[in-house]
Amino acid sequence: MCSTAKNKGNCVEYTDSGLPKIAIGFEVNGDRFEKHVDPTMTLLQLLHNELKLFGTKEGCGEGECGACSVILNGKAVNSCLVLAAEADDATILTVEGLGQGNELSILQQEFIKYDALQCGFCTPGMLMSARSLLDRQPNPSDEEIKEAIAGNFCRCTGYVPIIEAIRSAATREREALI
Amino acid sequence: MSEKILEHIGKGYDRKEAQEKVTGQAVYVHDMEVPGMLYAKVLLSPFAHAEIVSIDYSEAEKLKGVKAVVTGKEACQRVGLYMVDKNIMAGKKVRYQGEIVSAVVAESEAVAEEAVTLIKVEYKELPIVHNLDEALEAKVLVHENLHTYEHMKGVFFPKKDSNIASWNRTKKGDIKKGFEEADFIFEDEFSVPAVAHVPMETHVTIAQADPYSDKIKIWSSAQSPFAVRQLLAKSMGIAKGNVNVIVPYVGGGFGGKAGVHLEPLVSVLSKAVHGLPVKLKMTREEEFNILPTRAGMRARFKTGMTKEGKITAMEVYHDWDSGAYADYGVNVGKTAVYSGAGPYAVPNIELHSRTIYTNKVFSTAYRGFGHLETHWAVERHMDIMAQKLNIDPYELRMKNLLRPGDTTISGELIYPTTGDPVACLNAVKNELKWTGRKSQEDRKREMETGKVRGQGFAMLQKAPAMPSYTSTSAIMQMDEDGHVKVMLGAVDFGQGANTIMAQVAAEELRVPMKDVEVVWNVETDKHPYDWNTVASKYTFMGGNAVRKAARNMVQQMKEVAGQVLRCHTDELTHGDGYIYHVHQTHRRISYVKLSMGYAYENGNGIGGPLISHGVYMASGLSNPDPETGQGRPGLVWTFGAHGVDLEVDVETGEVNILKIVSAFDIGKVINKKLVDGQVYGGIVQGVGSALIEGYKFDGEAKLLNPYFGDNRIPSSKDIPDEVKAIYIEEPKTAQVDGPYGARGIGEHPMISVPSAIGNALYEALEINFHRLPLTPENVALAIDKHYNNDESK
Repeated sequence: MCSTAKNKGNCVEYTDSGLPKIAIGFEVNGDRFEKHVDPTMTLLQLLHNELKLFGTKEGCGEGECGACSVILNGKAVNSCLVLAAEADDATILTVEGLGQGNELSILQQEFIKYDALQCGFCTPGMLMSARSLLDRQPNPSDEEIKEAIAGNFCRCTGYVPIIEAIRSAATREREALI
Repeated sequence: MSEKILEHIGKGYDRKEAQEKVTGQAVYVHDMEVPGMLYAKVLLSPFAHAEIVSIDYSEAEKLKGVKAVVTGKEACQRVGLYMVDKNIMAGKKVRYQGEIVSAVVAESEAVAEEAVTLIKVEYKELPIVHNLDEALEAKVLVHENLHTYEHMKGVFFPKKDSNIASWNRTKKGDIKKGFEEADFIFEDEFSVPAVAHVPMETHVTIAQADPYSDKIKIWSSAQSPFAVRQLLAKSMGIAKGNVNVIVPYVGGGFGGKAGVHLEPLVSVLSKAVHGLPVKLKMTREEEFNILPTRAGMRARFKTGMTKEGKITAMEVYHDWDSGAYADYGVNVGKTAVYSGAGPYAVPNIELHSRTIYTNKVFSTAYRGFGHLETHWAVERHMDIMAQKLNIDPYELRMKNLLRPGDTTISGELIYPTTGDPVACLNAVKNELKWTGRKSQEDRKREMETGKVRGQGFAMLQKAPAMPSYTSTSAIMQMDEDGHVKVMLGAVDFGQGANTIMAQVAAEELRVPMKDVEVVWNVETDKHPYDWNTVASKYTFMGGNAVRKAARNMVQQMKEVAGQVLRCHTDELTHGDGYIYHVHQTHRRISYVKLSMGYAYENGNGIGGPLISHGVYMASGLSNPDPETGQGRPGLVWTFGAHGVDLEVDVETGEVNILKIVSAFDIGKVINKKLVDGQVYGGIVQGVGSALIEGYKFDGEAKLLNPYFGDNRIPSSKDIPDEVKAIYIEEPKTAQVDGPYGARGIGEHPMISVPSAIGNALYEALEINFHRLPLTPENVALAIDKHYNNDESK
């Protein structure tokens, strides 16, 4: 995860490899950013260390647990496996951007209603995988829901309330469109 | 007077903190940055058992950005609660692969990580204790000076010159006589591997140790801030009041964050950098490799039965592979003394529970606290005996289940209000539509299709495992506008304690839920004491404390209102935000007017700000007798049963759970949504233990699977197709001294899930499994052995 390259000159940044920085421009939750990032920095580290968006969590750092899921150009990704440099020109959505104005989104409301969260640590990633599913399939089957969140581990809920919440959010979102 | 209708108890309120958790606002220690903070990384032992000959960290110290390197010489404090057997960091020797031998503090995690690679450690390898049998031989000792270790005397029993951290015993009746009375004697052996807790937030601690005083401030992902304070203060030899432990949101615990973990080490690291705050966060691999697990366990049962199916005697050995340390492990082992033979009436029993050291990652509390392990054995054993006696497994259990007037194996008398295991089993049997064993013809026909169905069930029981004098407390304060703030010492790490306690407070004060706020971020300097957030005890204990605090606040209001309204407090009642006369209801004063003391029109004031407190202390418990285990350790028992309907693929060995039905005598459901959450989550965690999870070690006792790739937890695709939860809420068997009759449920859903699955697999395949996990590989191999290779079949 961290750099192994030697950089004895000025190693104060979390992921400063000493390699030349890369200029990137990107959008997170509707806000535009221009940053010079280390080429070894991950998207998760960019969100945490540069933008101070801590809603996105690190559960394993190896792309196995899904806690760091965000939506990158319309697709759910494990942000610990994506390099920050790959986010150049990208549009990114994180949990902080799910609400509309000062109102929770339907998906967030249904997570609360069905108690689809306990400790809450997997919740941001789970919400992003669910958001990505509903964006591409507004009327998912239970199997499609299970498939969409299969890469997001939750140790607390047993997934049952999460599946119910996503199913209900899909219905409400479709109704809202009519 | 008729029973009062409950307004808030039993309602499925949304959890209080849900909005913060769905918006990314909830702050966990993982996310925290404290001004001036430095980062630590640790070096792990590559050997399971070795002497540390020398440590050379001169190169690490030279790396720019490194602030301090600490070894076991500096971090030499002892740490422990029940069995003080561990140093903060390995001292003269390492006892498991993964034990911390050195730590670096640096300006960044990257520098600390690089510096750790520059530390050179010379080891002298020692012979390894790999397993229980080698440990019991005692040719190699994991702890040479075990007999000198500080421990809770009279409760735990370490054996000199052995690897036995504690040998606890139950002796009830006369097993010799009991076995003589038996028509049959059955013997079985079962085992489970060590399993990881896997909280989604790994262990993480920030410590700031004031160099000019004894003061230490801790931010930690911990279940039990007051236990951290107690154990840290003890380790460091300072007063408890010098330690302030702050626990914000916690990303899961499951027992793995009970007690004390990284906190003493990070405190020493902060001391080493002149009191700057230091953060140490475990990677997922470190979480698996350094931090404690659920112990592996082997159980051996010998049971005497009459031909009618009544138990006459049992001889039981529960041997716990606690790994290198057994501080909390000994207390897990102790639970078997009073719960290790299941919810059955056993007239004659001798039970031995031995917590044993080996050179592997060590064990601690885990959801269920030993009961998943003991019940895997008991409930499979019951099923196997039913097969051999040719008695329906439901009937065999019905003949032996505890009923009022019976005593448990530790001599506890069962009252009607202790709970009803019979009702649980009947509920499960009915929902499962169990009609008896499958016929050979049906099984054969199904086998030919490649998929076989099977049903099975299992009983469970658990009471909190805790010191007999455990207590908790709550403080309540009313704001000027009538809102109430409740302060608790327990941590809500997702189980919903704060929402439940708000419901209790709202019920007693008769105010809307929105007017009650439980103050988050438990801080030991400010919040009232709670022992530990463990053991499924908080709804019962905390609920009683909050109830008392609320009633005291109502009484305070009545005393002031009685003066103003010129009547005795007995004539007053409360509701809708008023204290009022029971008959002349217009004679009333609002809570708001009483909240800061009452002010008369002429300016006179009486009363004062409304602050109340409530405490609850475990009542009537005693330590088990050292020789016989007889005593009263169980404050509140919750009984339950699971039924499983599954399908197994005969070729691949894959188990597909079609339905799990679970019944619990919970007494009273306070919030169904939250209780359902505990049940669904517990069942799926139980499915993980049954089918997927387990540590693997190589011949050098090195952990082979410290990552999700080969040690994963259930995903959304591993869950049962259907889960049906049944809650027994019968007033006659509810917990009469619990809040509204309620009992704990946090751990219970996980217990006996593997047993029910194992029993259903027998029903499907006629194969008895004795070891977990029941992975497709293990099941397929067993099928192959049973049906293809075994000529006698």
